[in-house]
Amino acid sequence: MARSPETTPTLEVRALHKAFGSEPVLRGIDLSVARSEMVFVLGPSGSGKSTMLRCCNRLEEPTSGEIFIEGDRLTGPGVNLNAMRQRVGMVFQSFNLYPHLTAMGNVTLALRRVQKKSRAEAEAIAAEALDKVGLSDRARHHPGQLSGGQQQRVAIARALALKPTVMLFDEPTSALDPELVGDVLAVMRDVKAAGMTMLVVSHEMGFAREAADRVIFMDGGRIVEQGPPDQVLGAPTHDRTRAFLRRFHA
Amino acid sequence: MDRFLDTFFNAEVLARYAPSILDGALVTVVLSVLIVLSGIGLGTLLACLRAYRIRPISFLIVIYADILRALPPLVVILVAYFGLPNVGVVLSASVVLYLVLTLVLAAFAEEIVWAGITSTPQGQWEAARSTGLGFTQALVWVVLPQAVRMVIPPLTNRAIAITKMTALGLVIGVPDILGNASTAQSFSANASPLTLAAIAYVILFLPFVIGSRWLEARFARPGA
Ligand SMILES: Nc1ncnc2c1ncn2[C@@H]1O[C@H](COP(=O)(O)OP(=O)(O)OP(=O)(O)O)[C@@H](O)[C@H]1O
Ligand SMILES: [Mg+2]
Repeated sequence: MARSPETTPTLEVRALHKAFGSEPVLRGIDLSVARSEMVFVLGPSGSGKSTMLRCCNRLEEPTSGEIFIEGDRLTGPGVNLNAMRQRVGMVFQSFNLYPHLTAMGNVTLALRRVQKKSRAEAEAIAAEALDKVGLSDRARHHPGQLSGGQQQRVAIARALALKPTVMLFDEPTSALDPELVGDVLAVMRDVKAAGMTMLVVSHEMGFAREAADRVIFMDGGRIVEQGPPDQVLGAPTHDRTRAFLRRFHA
Repeated sequence: MDRFLDTFFNAEVLARYAPSILDGALVTVVLSVLIVLSGIGLGTLLACLRAYRIRPISFLIVIYADILRALPPLVVILVAYFGLPNVGVVLSASVVLYLVLTLVLAAFAEEIVWAGITSTPQGQWEAARSTGLGFTQALVWVVLPQAVRMVIPPLTNRAIAITKMTALGLVIGVPDILGNASTAQSFSANASPLTLAAIAYVILFLPFVIGSRWLEARFARPGA
């Protein structure tokens, strides 16, 4: 079956179910993200946003359903998971930088150990990625010597350096002091401008309105509503979406 | 007072037996270094094996670590030295001492490093795996370096405690510091060689103790 890059979604999720024990958390998610699209995911706590994101690089193993990256299957047996994961960058709420390595060491680790690049080559790529997030001057600092905002930008550089097809962000600014949020959002804006496909779980409504191509509202493990940001955030059609948004405007 | 000096600091006895205690010091140093390197190495390896959570293997490692931590090392030394020849394995006293203390230190090191591995945040594994590192790569490059840093204080304390047990070699005739000093003491009927042994132990182990302080301070610093 021939697929043209124009019509094949960059990320496609089909009938995704996930249960922890007997407790269903995702109850049939269908989602397709086009190339260079930024999709925002909203929803109350426990609605399954993180679980859905984590299934998209199989940090969480789906109970059933299929996930494709540019038409290549990510789920099921016989998948070269480590190779596929390089195509799906992940940015965590708590940064998860390696504390024993410098910013440079954090970014080069997978380049060297997985992509088997030479030290010089890996450092050149990492320097470029750190420059993109505005931290060229912090390359030799350890995470403990960086602010939360800087740490999160190093984490973005770490994912970016692998030149992923799609990037997943799980509440990237929730752990930050308010005055540091702007720097991280600015970097995400740049990443989007460079054409990255992004799936973002976040409660930054202002950023969603300005930067997102589409907003998805999840509740109870399902996608309840989706559409352009103005529509979902400005004129939601579902009661649950309205109730959720009211809490933010209150 | 003279009696005291004559008993513990008899100049003639000290001079006569100093060379033999120096020889013993060399044996103690070599044994200690070998025991620390192989004991911590083996213990770390076992802790890593346990990280794969393959049930039968983890089970065997836990049994091994618990038994060797429960037994007094002196018992193991005696059993090995006097028991092994009966099954056709004849080893020198020094080799028996080395093997037993290595296995004992490995048992403690395994538990200590394992505690470090399990207390490394799950997010570290996830970050590593999400960039395509395999389980072994994540363990080696991300988790283990952090785990080891975290447990350096208990690890060095335990290493010092076990290496001091080289003195137990006395009971099977290892020619280390205490062994030679004890021989000298019975020949000379004077305690001065033992004084010399005590001094030798302090000179040898004080740097270890100070070094462990330095290591603790170095790795306690955030971001180091
Ligand atoms: N490893 C796990 N084991 C058991 N239950 C889990 C696990 N991870 C998540 N859950 C449960 O799955 C449900 C959805 O969790 P998830 O983290 O996906 O929600 P979320 O939408 O990201 O919420 P939040 O906004 O609080 O981050 C919750 O009820 C949670 O308790
Ligand atoms: Mg979440």
